[in-house]
Amino acid sequence: MQYHSLKWLLALSLISTAHAENVFVTLEKDNALAIVDPIEGKLLKTVPVGQRPRGIALSPDNKHLYIATSDDNTIKVFDANTFKELGKLPSGKDPETFALNPAGDKMYVSNEDDSLVTVIDIKNKKVLKQIKVGVEPEGITVSPDNQWLISVSETTNMVHWIDTKTNTIVANTLVDSRPRAASFTADSQQLWVTSEMAGTLLIIDSQSKQIIKTVNFDVPGITNDKIQPVGVIIDKDRNKGYVALGPANRVAVINAKTYEVEKVLLVGQRVWNLAFSPDQKRLYTTNGTSNDISLIDIESQTVTKSVGVGTYPWGVVAKP
Amino acid sequence: MQTIQKNVIPLKLLAIKLYCVQAMRLVKHPTLAQGSYILITFVFYAVTTLAFNLNDVQAATKPTIKAAAKQSINTAAKQSINIAYLTQEQNPPASLSNLDPFIKEKGVIGAELGINDNNTTGEFTGQQFTLKKFIVPIDGNVNETFTKEISGQFKYLIVNLPAAQLKPLADLPVAKDLLLFDVGTSDDSLRNEECQRHVLHLLPSRAMRADALAQYMMKKRWTQWFLVIGPNPEDKLYAEAIKRAAKRFNMKIIAEKTWEHTYDARRTAQSDVAVFSQTEDPYDVLVVADEQGQFGEYLDYRTWIPRPVIGTQGLIATPWHKTHEQWGAVQIQHRFLEKAGRWMEEQDYSAYLAIRAIGEAATRTQSNELSKLKDYIFSDSFTLNGYTGTPLSFRAWDGQLRQPILLAAPRSLVAVAPIDGFLHPKTELDTLGYDQPESHCQWNK
Repeated sequence: MQYHSLKWLLALSLISTAHAENVFVTLEKDNALAIVDPIEGKLLKTVPVGQRPRGIALSPDNKHLYIATSDDNTIKVFDANTFKELGKLPSGKDPETFALNPAGDKMYVSNEDDSLVTVIDIKNKKVLKQIKVGVEPEGITVSPDNQWLISVSETTNMVHWIDTKTNTIVANTLVDSRPRAASFTADSQQLWVTSEMAGTLLIIDSQSKQIIKTVNFDVPGITNDKIQPVGVIIDKDRNKGYVALGPANRVAVINAKTYEVEKVLLVGQRVWNLAFSPDQKRLYTTNGTSNDISLIDIESQTVTKSVGVGTYPWGVVAKP
Repeated sequence: MQTIQKNVIPLKLLAIKLYCVQAMRLVKHPTLAQGSYILITFVFYAVTTLAFNLNDVQAATKPTIKAAAKQSINTAAKQSINIAYLTQEQNPPASLSNLDPFIKEKGVIGAELGINDNNTTGEFTGQQFTLKKFIVPIDGNVNETFTKEISGQFKYLIVNLPAAQLKPLADLPVAKDLLLFDVGTSDDSLRNEECQRHVLHLLPSRAMRADALAQYMMKKRWTQWFLVIGPNPEDKLYAEAIKRAAKRFNMKIIAEKTWEHTYDARRTAQSDVAVFSQTEDPYDVLVVADEQGQFGEYLDYRTWIPRPVIGTQGLIATPWHKTHEQWGAVQIQHRFLEKAGRWMEEQDYSAYLAIRAIGEAATRTQSNELSKLKDYIFSDSFTLNGYTGTPLSFRAWDGQLRQPILLAAPRSLVAVAPIDGFLHPKTELDTLGYDQPESHCQWNK
């Protein structure tokens, strides 16, 4: 008895002091959030958050956690330490993906069924505007310099460039079939967009809004139609970019200067979304159908561990 | 314009390497009892398709058409792409129940949804798509409508007609100036001996459906089939496809019977099916070929020995089904339901894809010219999202749309073919239906 409680105490103190970093993963089918210690490579706990949670983000001060609970038709706000629900945001119907501006006071939500982007004032929980975009908007992101809001529409095959000052579309770039996700480089000069059905990564120049490079992927032993890029992320020094290849079960490592695919890392099944650790030493992937996340060590470019988290892990974010 | 150059030789080597990897995998796979059969198939493929592939590989080296994608788009002058839709009213067939009402306009609403989606893209790319519908009355003449009202005025035609009407229409000399999108037939002959270069087929062929069912039955190890065939000519064609699949996947048809309608009052479904379904040898599964649904629904739960029913009833093979919701399908199911007030039928889905294929080609080439769009549709760059998890494209050897096949029970999606483990050197979608070396389509003749 005593020995056991001692062990628990020890474990608890380790969790609370030594390793502060937590990885949060939304579990689409479990209606829950998984909390993982990435250093120990352990699932700490899961907490219920609402119906069909998908998109997830942290406020810039790391105090608030936003989760799109799609079947509740809202985006919920949680305390990022206690996981207590603090409120709901008027996201519109069936929210899946959303993005915050760098200041963290505005949120932009893709409303897939209505072909809209909803702009929300977070503090006042008010809708500021709804912007008409192409059919089935999915990927959404804001440039780090806060100049551009990007909405990607899957069926229209279009990247919409929305001016954040006026909330209107000022340019469009036609991209390959079924674009899914978009990410800016830290200097806001490039936008990287994945096309799921064409199996490509498109690198777009923010100035000219033109595609400067189309990256193709080749995985030995896997037919091309299984290579379906989804999540994309680029490190802060613009050395390397990472692309989740969906049912190819791999993450591609791309040299962000030459755009060569340097390596493909085997992760779990149907890898969807990606997130860096706050110090960018690790990369986390959600593997939709193998119910786990993979931890990748950036320096050695190797997968160090996979952690079972629950059914249909969807979104991922790391808190220091 | 930027072109993507591919190197011919490494591709060939890769293909060969792929064969080896897959062959090795099969040998090491202890759970695949029929592995040796597949292995033999692969050796066959390796020998036959590689010879064919050389041409293809060279074709793949031609520059990809992506001029449009390289530019951000302005919305100046509008370019029109006008599409015609031709169908004929049908008499409601005899039905077994009132659960599923007769749908008069299968196909049209799918085409309209496709036009809406095309025009959303068109808003940003300066293109406008229009749809003109020609619905010929039951006693009308389809060919007359075509020659008088469509020929010379339209370049793109969606045709929703039975095979017996599509064939004479496509044979008209003036039809060759158009690109026809067949969204109404599953006939294998139209995709083989009678194929035509100006006709694309959107629905999966009977052979593709039968192969999908066969892959699933092979996975379940239901290897002994009892084949029940309806009285109509279409049922016989469906049965032919089932027999071809049985041979292809080394399955055994232990008995084959034709269902006759006797109208004898002493014979009810309950008594008749029990007698009818007795065979000399035992079977694992009853495969039914009844395309109009005249008796197939009677079979389930009434057979002499308890066996699943698969084919045109029971577990069916279809390109689209109301139970399908993966890969973004929920979104299009919602959009269709809202517009039509009913679920999307396979003809609607095919008509939607046909219009989207024209849209995709027009957007990428920034053109409305038939030859440019057709070249793009048959190029390696062409990919279409069909909400089924795999990019769709057209087979260059017979104009058939490559697509996954859903295996659906009335209220649940059971599996999606190609089933895991059925491999192919190029795309697993080509494990369904007539692959290039098997095709009898010679449209250069």
